Parts: sequence; structure tokens; C-alpha cells
Amino acid sequence: MTVALDQPLAAAKSARRRRVSIGAVAPYLQATPLALILGVFLLLPILMIAVVSFWDYDFAAMYPDFLTTNYSDTLGSWVTWKTYLNTLKYAAIVWALTLFVGFWVAYFLAFHIRTTAMQMVLFLVCTVPFLTSNIIRMISWIPVLGRNGLVNSTLVQMGLIPKPIEWLLYSEFAVVLAMVHLYALFMVTPIFNTLMRIDKSLIEAARDAGASGWQVLWNVIIPLAKPGMAIGTIFVVTLVMADFSTVQVMSGGQSASVALMMKNQMSLLQYPAAAANAVVLLVLVLLMVAGILRIVDIRKEL
Amino acid sequence: MTNTTDKKTGISRRSLLKTGAAAVGLAAGSGAITGFPTIWAQNPITLRQFGTGVSNLNAIADKCKADLGVTLEMTATDSDAAAQRAVTQPDSYDIADIEYWIAKKVYPSGVMQPMDVKKLKYYDKIVPLFITGKLTPDSVIAQGTAPHTVGFVEAQDAKTFAKQPTQWMTMVPTIYNADTLGIRPDLVGRDITTWADIMDPAFKGKAAILNISSIGIMDAAMIMEAMGNIKYADKGNMTKEEIDKTIDFLIKAKQDGQFRAFWKSFDESVNLMASGEVVIQSMWSPAVAAVRSKGIACKYQPLKEGYRSWGGGLGLAAHLKGAELDAAYEYINWYLSGWVGAYLNRQGYYSAAMDSAKQFMSEDEWGYWVDGKPAKGDIMAPDGKVMEKAGAVRDGGSFVERMGKVACWNSVMDEDRYMVRRWNEFIAA
Repeated sequence: MTVALDQPLAAAKSARRRRVSIGAVAPYLQATPLALILGVFLLLPILMIAVVSFWDYDFAAMYPDFLTTNYSDTLGSWVTWKTYLNTLKYAAIVWALTLFVGFWVAYFLAFHIRTTAMQMVLFLVCTVPFLTSNIIRMISWIPVLGRNGLVNSTLVQMGLIPKPIEWLLYSEFAVVLAMVHLYALFMVTPIFNTLMRIDKSLIEAARDAGASGWQVLWNVIIPLAKPGMAIGTIFVVTLVMADFSTVQVMSGGQSASVALMMKNQMSLLQYPAAAANAVVLLVLVLLMVAGILRIVDIRKEL
Repeated sequence: MTNTTDKKTGISRRSLLKTGAAAVGLAAGSGAITGFPTIWAQNPITLRQFGTGVSNLNAIADKCKADLGVTLEMTATDSDAAAQRAVTQPDSYDIADIEYWIAKKVYPSGVMQPMDVKKLKYYDKIVPLFITGKLTPDSVIAQGTAPHTVGFVEAQDAKTFAKQPTQWMTMVPTIYNADTLGIRPDLVGRDITTWADIMDPAFKGKAAILNISSIGIMDAAMIMEAMGNIKYADKGNMTKEEIDKTIDFLIKAKQDGQFRAFWKSFDESVNLMASGEVVIQSMWSPAVAAVRSKGIACKYQPLKEGYRSWGGGLGLAAHLKGAELDAAYEYINWYLSGWVGAYLNRQGYYSAAMDSAKQFMSEDEWGYWVDGKPAKGDIMAPDGKVMEKAGAVRDGGSFVERMGKVACWNSVMDEDRYMVRRWNEFIAA
């Protein structure tokens, strides 16, 4: 019965499809290049990482297998938990600081600079440090913060401190400082972008209705800036979660991050263990991004 | 939004470019090594050698081509990758230039063939340290993977190591040295005599050790034993309890703030020392030279417990036969004949056949590098730079004084995987 009914329906459909074939296929053709690129260079490698994470290994080679030991070793060790907590701690601190700094820089650019030309000039000034490699920007902190570095020698010579402050370099402070320096712009840019889109008449309306400066900020500007903050947050959080060089260089090898743990495993050729770690980190970061997207609808921005 | 996406891709594109540039650099580097004009076109023989970076020197490949007409294709990797490649891609190389502890892992898998000592022209000249384990007849054999313990097999097709020298040698030693602590004599403010001094509270926050587990654990073992905390049956092959005790001690020292940093690469150790962040740390001999070349005092301090030593050698791949095998023997005989030895000795390493190297060194060079005598004139590096001014004496003294005081060799433990895991805990703690 259904077959009999379906057949003429399907025939009608296919006839219609034939008639509008170019128009129907076009979107697929347009999407093909991106789909191919994402499939081959993103999905396939991730799939391979997921597969390898179940393999067995020794010092010489990897053996195709289906073992969960890589996961149980990773998740069962206090080192992993401590390292994840440490990385999350860095992510939280760096996020809070970059959000604070980023918002006020963007706010200043958007509302206190009158001309658009000047806004663009100042915005470009913000990006100047990005003309050098981020490794160089990070390493240049070392002579500044070191025991005999700029800060310490200046403070000692001014007689403000009797002996150099040790915790400026090779410490968590140094790691956070370098990360905030490296990633603040990723927060400034999207927030600046959303602030520029706020209709000025909304602010005037709020003023006319008797709102104070703080009330305008809190009830009008910040809610409208949320999509930008969310995008900046995604950038900063994913960058910090995946960072290994900043943590290694600025902590003098004394602090651990998840990516650094993976790098150590890879340098010892323990690829399956590193792959298991990568999968865990990927899941965690995706969950965090999903959480952010649930709180803020960033499509408003687009 | 466009702004944002631009920024994002800009960064990742830059890092992509960086990786790409490194890959191109690598390719160009290997191209530079292989791109020799073929002078011996009638019988061109190419030997593919891979190994850890120290002795993969272009100067040696150039000289080999000039002297023997044999083209050497050299590939440098780090030691873990070298071990992996040796086992998993045995057809990708003809000659393995690996450390002895790597040989202990690799040789039993059957990817290498032993050398007939009768075909080694300079076998009798090889320093006895690599034959019997004793530099002089009354030396004590050091702990760890001492080269002589993995230096021979019973028969040509044997996979297990022989207890005493036989006709079949697994590897011909190439390069070795004795490592110790480096110090800033101007900043430590007292005599440093023992490995235990690195844990002195006076150096709190000014000490560093290296973060390469297989070597770092040995330095830690030297420190533990010097402090009287433990007596290892064999530092090079610790039991789980010994590993636990050592790592727990390191974790405590780290949490008390004894260490300023852990270094992984050569230049990190140089910068830590040169900037004064660290005044005492584990160090490699060329790093000490690099600090000194900046005009900063740095000493490779001999310590009463002795040195931690390392050594590498050349081994033949199992697939070599016929003309290629003959060429490989010829190459190894040439390696021991003196020019290479002198070249390595001049860099502060030691060569396997010291007597033949002597003929290629000036009396003053030999006196400074090997006999531990004050230099009469300036001592030059192989590239012509002044390394040491006239009057300088090598830290630790002569060859016999330094290599005669080896306490342990770099090694691979039976509990290797457990040790690496605990070492990672130490770094994360």
C-alpha cells in the first residue's frame, strides 16, 4: 500500500529534481571545497587521533589494538588531574584578566574616541606587537623579569627593595603575565566590534530615561557586548588550554600544562598516550565552548 | 566579526608558516649534506648514517668524501627517535650512530650485525674502557650501561651480549665524555666539591637540573648518594623502591624552592647560567664553553663522587653486505685512524683511539685537551675561534683523571616506563 503510494510520489520528485537540477546542486557544489578541506585536514586527523588513542605501544612502535589502558592511565593518575586543574586555573585567571583589560580598551576605543579614523589608528596600534612572533614577545619578558633583569635592577637601585624579587620570573605570575600579554588582543577585537555596532540612540534613550553612567554601562552596553565577550572568551580559553610553550618557558619548566604533558609524551614517542590525552582535552574544550554558546547567543553578532 | 576572523587566521597561518619553514630548513639541511659532487663516479658508494646530533658533523662527511670517496648521508634525531628508527626502519640506514644505552635496547631486536674485530685495523688502539670497562688496570668499573657490557656478542648471529670481549663487536666507540655540574665560580662563594652541594640551602632558588628523564634521574642519583640518603645497588638500573625514593626526594626539594628552573635544551642551560638566574646546575661541556665565550666565568666542576659519563658508537645495519659492507668497514677504520679523533678531541669530547688522534693534534693541543697541561698558546675551536687563552687549564684535568673517575654511565633501566611516569609527576608536582 505504502509502496504503491510512494512510487508516484518519488517519480514526481525526481522529475522535479531533473527540471531544476543545476539550481539544486549548486549549493552542494559551493559547499564542496570547504567540506573537502575540513574533512581531509580536520575531521580525518581527529579521527586518526581517536583511533590511535586505543593502540598499544612500546619504545619502538605502535600496535593496532583496542585497549582502554591509555585512558585509564591518563584519567587514573593524580598528575593528570593536577595538570588539568592547573591548566584550568591558568585559563580562568587569564580569561578574567583579558576580559577586564579587553573590555576597557574596547570601551575606550568605541566611546571615547570621536573620529572613526582615530579609532582605526588606535586599533592598529593595539595590533602592532602582533607584527612580531609570539615566541619573541614571550621570550622578551625574560630579560625584563629576571633576577638581574630590568624590573629588579631598577627597583634595587631605587632602593625600594633590598634584594631582587624572585617570583617575577620562572613562576606562575610570569606565565599569567605572558599569557595576558599574548592573548589580550583576542578579547579586544571582538568586543570592540560589538561595541561599535551598538546603536548610539539606545544610549541616548537610556540617558533620557534618567539612567546614570553606570546604569547605562551595566544595563545597556554590557548586555549588548556579550556576544563579543563570548567570542573573545572562546579564543582565549582555547588558546590557553592548548598552550605549552608559554608555560614551559615562563615557568622555567617547573609548571605543567595539559599540552606540555602531551608534548613530553610525544618526545618519548608515546603517541597513543598523547592521543588519548588529546581526545580528553578536545572533549573538555568542546564542552566549554558549548557551555559558552548556551549562555550567550553569538549569532546576534553575525 | 571580519576583524576577528582575520586576526585568528593570521596567527594560525603564521604558526603554520613557521612549521613549514622548519620543514623546508630541514630538507635544505639534508640536501646540503647529500649534495656532493660525485668524484668517484665509477664506483659511487653512499652510506646512510643516522644518529644523535653530537657526532653527525658535516666536517666529517666532507673529509670522508675527500679521503675515501664514500658519500655519507647523515640524519640527526634525538635519542628517543633514534632508538625508534633503529628498530622500526632497519632498512632506512646503513650505519647507526647511537649511544650505548640505546644499543642495549636496539641490538637484541636483530636489526644490527656485529663487526669482526679482525677487520678493524685500529682495534688494539681502542681505549680499554670500551673493551674491559677499565681505563687503567686498577680502575673500578662504573655503574649503569657501561659500554663494554653491551660492546660484544658471542657469535656473529648472537642477540645477547657477551660477558667478556669476543671477536664480534657490536659498536665501535666514536665519541664520549664525562659530565658533571657547572658552576659560576664568581657567584657560588665557596668551594664546590660534591654533587650534594647543589642541594645546599645557600643555593635555594639558584640551582637547576635538566629535564630529560633518562639523564636527569642519573644526576639525581649522584646527588642522593652524595647526600648519604641512599645507596643504590646500581644507579643505572634502579628498583621501583629506589625510583620512588629518588623522585620523592626531588619533589620535596622542588616544593621547598630549591630549583630555579629545569632546562631541556642546550641554549636554555647556557642562558640560565649566563644571566645569573642559576649558579649551580647540571650542564654539558660545550654549554660551559658557550658561557665562557660570553666572557662570563663558568667552571665544569670536578666532584669527589666522580662523573656521569656517556658514550656513542657506530654500528652496522644487518642488511649491509658486499661492497657496501666493505665500504662501511673502510669508513670505520678511517674514523679511528686519527683525523676524526683529533677533530672531536678539539671540541672537548674524547675519541676512541687516542693514540692515532694524537698524530693529528699539535703538542699544545694534546697537552691542553688530553694531558691537562696549561695551554702554551691560544686554543682554537675547529672553526678557528679562540676557545681558551694561553695559560688556561682544562677543568678536571687530564683524560685519565676525568675518564678514570666515572661513577656511572647513561643507561636504560628495566623499570624505564615507571621511571618516566614518576619523572613526569616530579615535573608536574
